[in-house]
Amino acid sequence: MAHFVIVGILVIVMTILTYFGLDAVGLAQQMHPVAASAQAAPIDQLWHWEVMVISFLFSLIVAPIVYSLAIFRQKKGELKDGEHIEGNTTLEIGWTVVPLIIVVIFAYLGAYSLGEVRRVDPNAIVINVKARQFVWTFEYPQYGVVSDQLHLPVDKQVVLKMESADVIHSFWVPEFRVKQDVVPGRVTEYRITPNLVGNYKVRCAELCGTSHAYMEGGIVVSSQADYDAWVAEQQALAAAAQTPEGQGKLLAVKNGCVGCHSADGSPMTGPTWFNLYGSTVSLADGSSVTADDAFIKESILDPNAKIVAGFPSPSVMPPYTLTDEEIANLIAYIKTLK
Amino acid sequence: MKRFFSSALARGLFWQLIGTLVGAGIVTGIRPLLGMNALDTFFFTEPAWVLGGFFGTLFFLAGSGAVSDWFKWSRGIDTPDHHEDHNTGWAKYVNVSLDHKVIGVQYTVTALLLIGIGGLFALIFRTELAASQLQFLTYEMKLFSQSGPQLYNTLMSLHGMIMIVSILLGTAGFINYVVPLLLGAQDMAFPRLNAFSFWIAVPAAVLLLMSLFLGGFDTGWTGYPPLSTRAPVGMQMFFLGVFVAGWSSILGSLNVIVTVLRMRAKGMTAWRMPILVWAAVATALIALTATQLIGLSFQLVMFQRLFGMGFFDPAKGGNPVLFQHLFWFYSHPAVYVFILPGLGVISELLPVFVRKPLFGYRWIAMSSLGIALVGFVVWAHHMYTSGMNEYLRVPFMYSTLLVAVPTGVKFFSWVATIWKGKISTPTPMLFVLGGIIVFLLGGLSGPPNATVSTDLQLQDTYWIVGHFHDTIFGGFMFPFFAAIYYWFPKATGRRMNETLGKIHFWMMTPSFFVLTFGMMYVGLLGMRRRIVDYDPALGIDTAHLVMTIAAFLIALSVLIFFYNFFASIRNGEKAEGNLWNSRSPEWQVPSPMAAHNYEKPLEVVGEPYDYGLKDSGYVRFIEPAQNKHN
Repeated sequence: MAHFVIVGILVIVMTILTYFGLDAVGLAQQMHPVAASAQAAPIDQLWHWEVMVISFLFSLIVAPIVYSLAIFRQKKGELKDGEHIEGNTTLEIGWTVVPLIIVVIFAYLGAYSLGEVRRVDPNAIVINVKARQFVWTFEYPQYGVVSDQLHLPVDKQVVLKMESADVIHSFWVPEFRVKQDVVPGRVTEYRITPNLVGNYKVRCAELCGTSHAYMEGGIVVSSQADYDAWVAEQQALAAAAQTPEGQGKLLAVKNGCVGCHSADGSPMTGPTWFNLYGSTVSLADGSSVTADDAFIKESILDPNAKIVAGFPSPSVMPPYTLTDEEIANLIAYIKTLK
Repeated sequence: MKRFFSSALARGLFWQLIGTLVGAGIVTGIRPLLGMNALDTFFFTEPAWVLGGFFGTLFFLAGSGAVSDWFKWSRGIDTPDHHEDHNTGWAKYVNVSLDHKVIGVQYTVTALLLIGIGGLFALIFRTELAASQLQFLTYEMKLFSQSGPQLYNTLMSLHGMIMIVSILLGTAGFINYVVPLLLGAQDMAFPRLNAFSFWIAVPAAVLLLMSLFLGGFDTGWTGYPPLSTRAPVGMQMFFLGVFVAGWSSILGSLNVIVTVLRMRAKGMTAWRMPILVWAAVATALIALTATQLIGLSFQLVMFQRLFGMGFFDPAKGGNPVLFQHLFWFYSHPAVYVFILPGLGVISELLPVFVRKPLFGYRWIAMSSLGIALVGFVVWAHHMYTSGMNEYLRVPFMYSTLLVAVPTGVKFFSWVATIWKGKISTPTPMLFVLGGIIVFLLGGLSGPPNATVSTDLQLQDTYWIVGHFHDTIFGGFMFPFFAAIYYWFPKATGRRMNETLGKIHFWMMTPSFFVLTFGMMYVGLLGMRRRIVDYDPALGIDTAHLVMTIAAFLIALSVLIFFYNFFASIRNGEKAEGNLWNSRSPEWQVPSPMAAHNYEKPLEVVGEPYDYGLKDSGYVRFIEPAQNKHN
């Protein structure tokens, strides 16, 4: 009997130590990083309950094993058998039924938590998300704005209607706690209510190819006033962009070009567009070519035709089907980058 | 050397090469006649490589002699029931043998070899992850016509599948070696099928490794389309390799089930079977009925690539999510194929080292079947974020949580078995205990993935990576090592070095805890799965460095194990008797085991685990005179 009492105390002590140990590194009461959405609350709550149960079950198994190893060890040279106990049906039924009850409770809590996460606000703002290797593009249909950054007003539910142009991607913002795959051939929905002003990143969570690790996009959660100002600014830019180079810049954002080609010379997945037009480009096969209209057009339509030295072959860029006018606009934009 | 080059293994590999060239040559010859290109980036075109891979497998089987008895039978030539092995020493193991013990060792050594390769791959990409930014797998570097990040994806994907194949072979190894011995049988029910199941796994492993040199593939072991329909030719070799390895699994399971049903010793009723046999049956039931689905799903993608069939192509009315259903319908139960044999080893060895009966034998036996059954209805918990119908997530959450119940029964029964035992801790027992604790961590990190809302955060992060490395190490790796240390004397008549064994354990276990805790930790902080580089802003550089050091310590400990294993075959301390003082039948006869196992037939006269009960026995040998009367 004394053994049971000691182990019982050990289990309790160990449970407390495990729980507070996890809490000390900040993992017990909530997941990480900082929670920035209304949906994070029920998720973190469920996590907290689970951590408590995990701490207890861990101790319930480990404490008696460690205790047995210390107390019931075979002494040196001893060759005795243990007690002949074959089993105990009451105990077995007990540790089948009690976990079953815990499972039922967590089934209820899990479903309840999911229900909270999926609570729908009929007035949610609709934003269209386009994913392609390896960029995110965001369209605000009600404003006619296209952006490579997702701007959201705080404390308003948004629903993202997400489509993929190529393979499966997954929209994940760790601070929002929710993740949803973006699947070619269908529109998937991501519903979130950001509640903390700040800058975050969407990180593609489903392996989507060579540069999957870098498929990240900026997210800005701001006050309603700042958000409105940003929308107005974007609309003004779009209105002013009636020139070919203005249209080209919009196309570069809309098609995700800016995800891999920098406009200021900084290194990214693809060659920079800064000072590109008219320059001499050395190719992977040792030859070189002048970056004229024909070269840029060919590179857009068939990225594998000529590989720039220092970049992967075959190219990680998918072929784009654009009209001649769109290509001309893009070239006009590239010409301005000096 | 000459003995090696004339062995079945060498002949098989040679013929596989010829077969590959013949198959690829046929397609390459036909294509120009149809006005198509004959050659491509990797010399042959993709269809040529696929037919080559397929022919190579067939040629391997014919060339190695694994199917020659069946050919002889078809020509009306009789062969003896059992070949007497005329090979001696290591040559026995590189030639076709029908002896289940030889096949068990062949499986085990192949598994160890693959574990070495898969582990090496892991070390390479683990080193790349030691710090943020690209270290040596850069965009500029080129190896096997892949850039650094491409190579990272290939190695990461191959690490997954090679380890899975090594687990399938490893469990098949100890099941093949031990189960007939535990049953008192002379061999498996179908010795030729048994040999075939092993030998077909060899070309499968070669195909998998070939993918590395044919452009690799970048999908992870899951091979989700549409990414897998766009990957290089290596993808097809991967699909083909898994398809072929599936045959090994299916046919091997069939053999196990029939052997257990038909070849038990006299008096061995269902409730008197050693517990490992129950685990082997539960495993075999899953592998026999679910493996087809992974073969099928990979074959569909293969055909989509080869013939333009639009199974998973939305442009042709296909559905990418359908693939995930087909894939996980095998690949979730497969996890139980990986762990149930290991949990069986834990239950089998625990009573020996605590000198007490297995607590709740029937409950443990039934819990294996329970896990196997529930395992069939939980697959979509891998797909909570996939875009499948969202109401389906709730029933799958319920069924998934249910797995905790039979798993809990096992844990509680183990604890009760250890309680008040007379515990000793030689190396096999250390690995049994390590397995229990590590598997417990794997089990306890499971429920947050089972409840949908928390999984929306955890899915596809390093948390998951930590979770399944815990389950697989606890459910397979630790018990596998325990089984090797435990039955090594049975196979060789010598034991492995205890000191080296303990160094192996005490170096590997803490390092492994650090590694998987680290994985879960960085996962919670925002580290995604399957990425070659991570954002330094996440603040996880130090954690990754520590994990990388831990990974190297694990590798070092496994190297020590390899040395111990191979050195002990010749130089280990002699151990021909009942080394562990076990009641199990195989330890009642001298080691190494004779060619046809027991010279006298067995009879079961008691319970398998009645340690501590005076004058009780599990089996006795039937003397020849008595045998006549029966």
